[in-house]
Amino acid sequence: MAVRFLPSGDTALLVEFGAAIDRALNDRVLQLRAAIRDAKPAGVIETVPTFRSLLVHYDPLQTTAADLTRAIEALLDHRQERTRTAKLWRVPVCYDLRHAPDLAEVAERSGLDIDAVVSLHSGTRYHIYMIGFVPGFPYMGDLPERLALPRRTDPRVRVPAGSVAIATTMTAIYPIESPGGWHLIGATPIRLFDTRRDSPALFSPGDAVLFDPITDDAFEEIQAATEAGTYRVPCEETSP
Amino acid sequence: MTTVHGASLAVVAPGLHTTIQDRGRFGHQDVGMPVSGPLDDVGLRLANALVGNPPGMAALEILMQGPTLEVAAESVRVALAGSGAGIEVLGEEARVVPSWRSITLRRGQSFRIRALADSACAYLAVEGGFAIEPCLGSLSTYVRGGIGGLHGGALRPGDNLPLRFDAATERDEVMLPKTPDLAPNRTIRVVLGPQQDYFTDAAVDTLLSSDYRVSQNADRMGFRLDGPILAHRDGYNIVSDGIATGAIQVPGSGQPILLLADHGTAGGYPKIATVISADLPVIGRRRPGDGIRFAAVTVAEAEAIRQQEEAALQTLIRRLRPVSEDAGIDLAALYSQNLISGVVSGAE
Repeated sequence: MAVRFLPSGDTALLVEFGAAIDRALNDRVLQLRAAIRDAKPAGVIETVPTFRSLLVHYDPLQTTAADLTRAIEALLDHRQERTRTAKLWRVPVCYDLRHAPDLAEVAERSGLDIDAVVSLHSGTRYHIYMIGFVPGFPYMGDLPERLALPRRTDPRVRVPAGSVAIATTMTAIYPIESPGGWHLIGATPIRLFDTRRDSPALFSPGDAVLFDPITDDAFEEIQAATEAGTYRVPCEETSP
Repeated sequence: MTTVHGASLAVVAPGLHTTIQDRGRFGHQDVGMPVSGPLDDVGLRLANALVGNPPGMAALEILMQGPTLEVAAESVRVALAGSGAGIEVLGEEARVVPSWRSITLRRGQSFRIRALADSACAYLAVEGGFAIEPCLGSLSTYVRGGIGGLHGGALRPGDNLPLRFDAATERDEVMLPKTPDLAPNRTIRVVLGPQQDYFTDAAVDTLLSSDYRVSQNADRMGFRLDGPILAHRDGYNIVSDGIATGAIQVPGSGQPILLLADHGTAGGYPKIATVISADLPVIGRRRPGDGIRFAAVTVAEAEAIRQQEEAALQTLIRRLRPVSEDAGIDLAALYSQNLISGVVSGAE
């Protein structure tokens, strides 16, 4: 599918690579985002990567859609393999039932026992496709097919911060308390979003995530250390 | 009221929903942080210009019912823009000071912003701005996220808004040369897309030929519009993508939602059209029950309109002029306010 340039009014240009949730499409989105970051075309305010498109917000007093389209086309044409940096995060997750109100149901519906759900969920390396819905909410995929379930028919009004959840082909962490329709299968004591940091979100689109099962005691310890500001989430450089 | 050191404005009554807004919190939409900022960017910039501030300084955004404030500083220069509501100075020297001009108030004076009759929002700027630490580079309040402003929320009784200046600078009060046109009946121009191909041709015609109305379901995140429903061609789910302010998204019900300052950064409903930037302040001023008609323009036309509007605004700001002595009390404003509040009849 050819790249499409779709106007979003006169302040944003949607660069669409395809219509599906697909790792290869998302890599092209993230590559263009990195190229725009480096080349800094005139008038660009910021870019928002999503599954299969990049929304380029711009100032119409500094550039035009036509000029910006040409600048972005040039970046797409001269695509060089750039060494994007990405991080691999090891996120501690407690799957104890007290943190996992939907785990038993997920196990039942997927025809697995609870331990098998936990080992499938924590045995997969996830790619962060995009961050949105609420500040810091990472859409991570792809979930093992056995665990893919539609969203709950009865969304919760309040999902606690730190809840680890699954729905469709994705897994996510609720960074702040919010409404939510995903299945809650665990919780992490780490803080995903903190406005006191210069980069408020811990993760960036394109980063990788592994879930590390922990006990309830370890959850309490890490939670205390997080509140004291002494806990660092294990993280290493990785190739995307 | 708690004791504070330094200059401030004390919030006696907060108004319906009064928040601190600058031009927005940019640079974090990629991690899901909405931009926020003013519903009416022109109103914010005019209010700032009137008190001699840079255009993007944070001011109070007032929705529908204004606050009552008390000066806890030697003096403070303020100006109201975006609505003709005017400032009612209370106490011994009670009077109505019209909008679109600056006025300096002294310690202990209280003033209240009159009910807004001609716009959903108005902006009260203070000379020098507020002495508040920005959050992620902005003072804009994002109430749903509990971020920005004084404490992440709308003003509350007993709040103290710390001021950067202890006293107003020595200079003439200024006013706009003419009252700006708030364009209450202007046809709102849109650029079709980015997903108009998700809709039937009839749906696009319906959007551009029907009378819509701002529903009661309206806040800083967006308006649900009352009016004819818009039929999708196939499904109504798309793979979530980024959202621009002014986007008109259409969920399964077919009832359009116009997204404003606090909208989410991405979403999974198709967007049939997007309001052009020159008309965003106009739409931001519409109130529940107000009519809206849409017309389509090209992106190039939208860009040209924006350039013209921007030039006109800059001209208006360049032509600020000293307030003449007899302009201290605006009888027309007083009269119209009285009619609105029903205190006196037209015959009196």
